[in-house]
Amino acid sequence: MEKTLPKIEIIEKYCKGCHICVEFCPKQVLEMKGFVVAVKNLEACIKCMQCELRCPDFAIKVSAE
Amino acid sequence: MAFDYDKWIRPGKLPHIWCPGCGHGIVMKGLIRALDSLQLKKENTAIVSGIGCASRLPGYMDCCTLHTAHGRAAAFATGVKMAKPEMNVILVGGDGDGTAIGGNHFIHACRRNIDMTYIIMNNYIYGMTGGQFSPATPTGHKASTTPYGNPDPAFDIAKLAIGAGATFVARGTAYHAAQLDKLIAEAIQHKGFSVVEILDDCPTTYGRRNKYKSVVEMMNRLKEVAVPVKAAEKMTAEQLQGKVLTGVLYKEERAEYTAEYAKVIERAQAAK
Repeated sequence: MEKTLPKIEIIEKYCKGCHICVEFCPKQVLEMKGFVVAVKNLEACIKCMQCELRCPDFAIKVSAE
Repeated sequence: MAFDYDKWIRPGKLPHIWCPGCGHGIVMKGLIRALDSLQLKKENTAIVSGIGCASRLPGYMDCCTLHTAHGRAAAFATGVKMAKPEMNVILVGGDGDGTAIGGNHFIHACRRNIDMTYIIMNNYIYGMTGGQFSPATPTGHKASTTPYGNPDPAFDIAKLAIGAGATFVARGTAYHAAQLDKLIAEAIQHKGFSVVEILDDCPTTYGRRNKYKSVVEMMNRLKEVAVPVKAAEKMTAEQLQGKVLTGVLYKEERAEYTAEYAKVIERAQAAK
């Protein structure tokens, strides 16, 4: 069965660059690109939603399907 | 599907004013998930706050909101609840707003056991006004008004609430974000005065002065100090040294104030 990749939407104008999502992602999916967060390795995402839960700025949305 | 927070947020209000890494946004997300899980109606939900960083929260929420004087959230909320007892009244505020300036209103709302939910975001400091120490600042920690360390012992807000007579008391942290909506939802459902203390981080005025290098370090501290109530039962007093219990700490059933007051009205009318 082919693995379906999640969709990680980042709203750049909301992101304040606090690093919480990058540091607490268990699979290092995210990275900082300058001031804001960016997706580095979407393949590794396990859809645990920790980044979305802990983002204080409503800047990350993870869709599982 | 990703959770849709937007349906509870006033259009055009984001991004919010909280500093990078401030946990208040995490708490607000928890509150939105709780409101959504209980399927509360916007016209039947009132969020009341005083003054402070945490008290900015109602401004972003798309439901009935009230932003009042410093520390007076409980007083105004009591008014809302007495006028409309069918409303779900939720108070939000910080540790300074709730336990120092609003300390009196807080303990008496607890004593009355009026059916409201108080979410106290404890970031150990007065954030908005410039980092003055609050009753929740731990002993020895630095604030703008205690540059050589705070000599005062800190309030245990949950214990204060239990002592004052609140009938539901829970504690969570901004790090344990997934737990927040469950705690808040249980508190809203409880009939009586419920208090949810949420340990938070203030990187700008507290972390900076107390040698925290980053927001991540502050979040990790919350992770280290928090011990769930069930796990604490198996731990010794020595192991619990310096730890903070999280989860539902206290729950009891007691006569609720608006119901009791309705009886007073009935008696007064019958006496005519």
